[in-house]
Amino acid sequence: MQKVKRLSQNQIFWPLVVFVSILLLNGIATKGAFFEFKIVDGHLYGRIIDIIRNGGKLMILAIGMTMALATGGTDISVGSVMAISGAVACSIVDGRIFPGLGGNAGVAIMMALLAGLACGAWNGFLVAKVKMQPIVATMILLVAGRGIAQLITQGKIVTIGINPAINPINPSIYYFINGGYILGLPFPLMIVIFFFLLALLFTKRTAFGLFVESIGVNSAASSFTGINVDLVKLLIYTFSGFMASVAGLIESAGIKAADCNNAGLLIELDAILAVAVGGGSLAGGRFSIASSIVGALIIQSVTTSLLAMGVVPQAALVAKSLVVIAICLAQSKSFKEAISSRFRKGAQA
Amino acid sequence: MKKNFALIVTGLLFALLFGAGVAVYGFKLSTFLNLFNTNAYLIIVSVGVTFVLLTGGIDISVASNVAFTCMFLAVTMRAGLSPLLMIPLALAVGTGAGLLMGYLIQNFNLQPFIVTLAGQFFLRGLCAVISTESIAISNSFYTFMSLGKITLGRGNNIYFYVFIALAILAGAGFILNFTKFGRGVYAAGGSEQSALLMGLPVKRIKTLVYAVSGFCAALGGVVYSFGTPAGYSLQNMGLEMDAISSAVIGGTLLSGGAGTVAGTTLGVLIQGIIQTSVTYQNLNTWWTKVMNAALLCVFIAIQRVLAARAEKAKTAKPAISKA
Amino acid sequence: MPNAEPVITMRGVKKSFPGAMALKGVDFTLQKGEIHALLGENGAGKSTLIKILTGVYERDQGEILLDGTPIHPRNPQDAQKIGISCVHQEINLCPNLTVAENIFIGREPMKFGAIDWKTVNKKSYEIMKGFGLDIDVTKTADSYSAAIQQMVVIARATEISAKVLVLDEPTSSLTAVEAKKLFDTMRALKEKGAGIIFVTHFLDQVYEVSDSITILRGGEYVGTYKASELPKIELVAKMIGKEYKELDEANVRSGKAVSGEPFLSVEDASSSEISDVSLVARKEEVLGLSGLLGSGRTEIARMIFGVDPALSGTIKVKGQKVKIKSALSAMRLGMAFCPEERKKEGIIGDLSIRENIVLALQAKRGIFHLVPRAEAERLADLYIEKLAIKTPSREQSIKNLSGGNQQKAIVARWLAANPELLILDEPTRGIDIGAKAELQKLVITLAGGGMAIIFISSEIDEMLRCCQRMVVLRDKSIAGELDGDISESRIMSFIAGGADSAKS
Repeated sequence: MQKVKRLSQNQIFWPLVVFVSILLLNGIATKGAFFEFKIVDGHLYGRIIDIIRNGGKLMILAIGMTMALATGGTDISVGSVMAISGAVACSIVDGRIFPGLGGNAGVAIMMALLAGLACGAWNGFLVAKVKMQPIVATMILLVAGRGIAQLITQGKIVTIGINPAINPINPSIYYFINGGYILGLPFPLMIVIFFFLLALLFTKRTAFGLFVESIGVNSAASSFTGINVDLVKLLIYTFSGFMASVAGLIESAGIKAADCNNAGLLIELDAILAVAVGGGSLAGGRFSIASSIVGALIIQSVTTSLLAMGVVPQAALVAKSLVVIAICLAQSKSFKEAISSRFRKGAQA
Repeated sequence: MKKNFALIVTGLLFALLFGAGVAVYGFKLSTFLNLFNTNAYLIIVSVGVTFVLLTGGIDISVASNVAFTCMFLAVTMRAGLSPLLMIPLALAVGTGAGLLMGYLIQNFNLQPFIVTLAGQFFLRGLCAVISTESIAISNSFYTFMSLGKITLGRGNNIYFYVFIALAILAGAGFILNFTKFGRGVYAAGGSEQSALLMGLPVKRIKTLVYAVSGFCAALGGVVYSFGTPAGYSLQNMGLEMDAISSAVIGGTLLSGGAGTVAGTTLGVLIQGIIQTSVTYQNLNTWWTKVMNAALLCVFIAIQRVLAARAEKAKTAKPAISKA
Repeated sequence: MPNAEPVITMRGVKKSFPGAMALKGVDFTLQKGEIHALLGENGAGKSTLIKILTGVYERDQGEILLDGTPIHPRNPQDAQKIGISCVHQEINLCPNLTVAENIFIGREPMKFGAIDWKTVNKKSYEIMKGFGLDIDVTKTADSYSAAIQQMVVIARATEISAKVLVLDEPTSSLTAVEAKKLFDTMRALKEKGAGIIFVTHFLDQVYEVSDSITILRGGEYVGTYKASELPKIELVAKMIGKEYKELDEANVRSGKAVSGEPFLSVEDASSSEISDVSLVARKEEVLGLSGLLGSGRTEIARMIFGVDPALSGTIKVKGQKVKIKSALSAMRLGMAFCPEERKKEGIIGDLSIRENIVLALQAKRGIFHLVPRAEAERLADLYIEKLAIKTPSREQSIKNLSGGNQQKAIVARWLAANPELLILDEPTRGIDIGAKAELQKLVITLAGGGMAIIFISSEIDEMLRCCQRMVVLRDKSIAGELDGDISESRIMSFIAGGADSAKS
């Protein structure tokens, strides 16, 4: 009994319960079809695999967003950075920019990741050094980012099909990022696991995690204890930008194109929502990357379920925004007080 | 003097940019008037956002509010309802949305950006629920409003709806400078704690500014639909950024307490000049966004430097402790 | 008082906060036309009582009568409406608004539906002139000095034609001359029949202007006395109460002249906040920085610790010239700094005691050298025991501790980093008297163990108990240094800028 109680106090407990319930509900609704797995050519297929594959981007973003929110900030530029990353990679593979590289997919990926790092560092610079409010600092790139992406692709949607003029082999390497399989499991999942472990290692095996939480709770006091608050913030936004560029690669590899207008459009709310659903505080402080990843899975499974029910993707925004407000209220002290005082009054009457 | 410093800088920048434009392309009255014609709705929206920024808050739901208003009008017009009834209703809905967000933020101590971000997605989502298609508006009232104009010689037109923007500007200027609510907005942004202890209804003021912003966004939507008579769920993406950057370029402090609607209007016009030059130069229109963002960066950086200097000049601010 | 007529009567007022009972049933009566001093040590409940009267807090129990009618002010506006206004220690005005506006905001005269600015400015000018200040009231408040700003706040409060005016430490940012002006104003208001509650820690000011004195101690009502009938020494005894003995035990080292090796010497150093600072901190010695609030004590500490780095002059640590550019570089040189604002600059509320204690050591070691969990737990347990931090467990969030225990945990944080120089800025402010005595003892013990300590406090008694040497500050510069013969009167004369205030 004691053990169960301790388990339920863990941040990840309730998100996991919710996720499993959604899966079960889906299973019941589809009379079990939801849980069917098929193995084709040694690759695992099925609805759950789809959720994991399609949720890859969101899980990646959630890792970065968790850290940004934990410092008491936010990064709403992730969608635009995804667009930039996709634009850079596809334009290089396509030979549109840097034709000298011969459309080398490996270099294209490197350049896209570098672009993400640069974007993140820019956000970090504005937040940590210029001391802008994070929302405003990242909003600059949110809007300018899509413009930059458009300038890179010269305003076109860059599709990367087989282009014998440059290199017929390259694109398939690029497609692998989203469509590939390793050990029968989709490659995006591998990417998520890799970055999850990396982030875990960095936050738990070094003092980074402690510093992030400390800054999120009380930034002024943290700097008095000798923590280099600016550096930690700079690193975090850089990391968030990097994660966004990874997500951008997965997205553009999935649609085999860079669509600057729609890549990662409105995904920033999903990423924030993932952290919130995972039980993380939106005001900074304690964080759990694992919980945020489960949060991302919850959102993806809800989105997938809604799509299966024939709801327009944009319309799902309505539901999501309501969930955000509900979670905010649930975390709000004054809301709890208001409710409990009403309850008490009711009890007295 | 200090109060007007930011306004003077913005005014000079406007004069400089406009002067440069005149030097390169020659002066055309129509170009000048078109700055107002094309940006009337943005002036209205930005004025609303300025109220929120003055209290130190932020409202990023305005773009969706504009889009929703257009969509709402387009659908109701298609259904044959009277614009004279539906426009006030749309304004009421927009104001209500702002009021609700303000209520959530103030009553439950939520972060303005999260709540207005949720509001942004909610309204955008509602647009999509109504329709994902672009719906054109056509009725006699709209024909009148979208074409009605005053002509000053050949090709030099001022559309009627520009006067709505000017009226809002004058109204907002009056409210901010000559009413208790307006001064309360500045007080709450200057030092919330002090304003509270001076007995100002800070909570109500900080709730109402979101309603003002919602109203202006809805009215901006109405004016936008006069200029472009249609509703589309994805229109005006990123408009909130244009509105906020107009205010900032116009001298509004993001930390609250300083700024004028006249400055905000100059901010809108400066961005309008940039857009016009990009069009004249036949550049990719995305340059506008990039350049506006760059300009915004510069202005915020200037603000930061000035604020840092001001902080050094005076002694530490009083400790803020909330009951 | 012959025609005593109570304007405020408070009976059995109780208020508790999570984990602490701030007021345990307090009675208080304010007559019309009297200046009534409300006294007590930090944490006695003065500010809680005032905040209840002015509607910042709601009381749990008890009643408040204004002119015989029960009142329930729910916020400062409510209180103001019924005639109770308050001037706080922090200067509460909007720096971005004009002086005139700060006086009239919320009650501006209107004309044709618009604020009548002409009248606002004219009246404000007259009001300020009435206070002896001939200033341009259309300039923003932040273009004037703290003293003028405080006068503006007081002008506003009196202008509301309050029946009851609460002045909470109004003189802490005023010079002696300005304080005199304020007292004249208070007397004038008294003549008009207003009741004034005066809270201050300057006892001389109490006797200069007050008619009656009410004393609180540890949230309890001690008594109300006529100022003319209560000798100062008795007043102090009543404020400190039976705990006086316990405090006295801490008085171990006074008079003992010890001088270890100099650890830190500052020569003509200036930062962006303060200029021309010269002082020496020795091992085995507690050096006091004394002076009024805002006199530059904290600014010196911040300069030494690299928060506002020194821009000129020399700083030597153990004889070596050093550059201290950040808190971290100061820590690496063996320094530690407990800042003044515990909540804002000290505790990391949501983190555990263990994490709070280990934080400075961790920052000193760097990101990649994680202090192992076992070591962190050992350190936490060690200091919880050593400093007698009262907590159910080391994993408790620090925000759940009482103020005194939080302060001990912050000191533990710095001790864990093993410093040679410890700077303590108001370490005993707002904590209960027992914890206060313990902290004072700890300071003395640490110095005895060889540590150099710089001690900052507004309470002269405390300084006298703990410090061997004292640097006295006035108006952001060093007014003098006291070695050996430290007495309250000598400190006071330096602070006041008296005859022997030349640099010694």
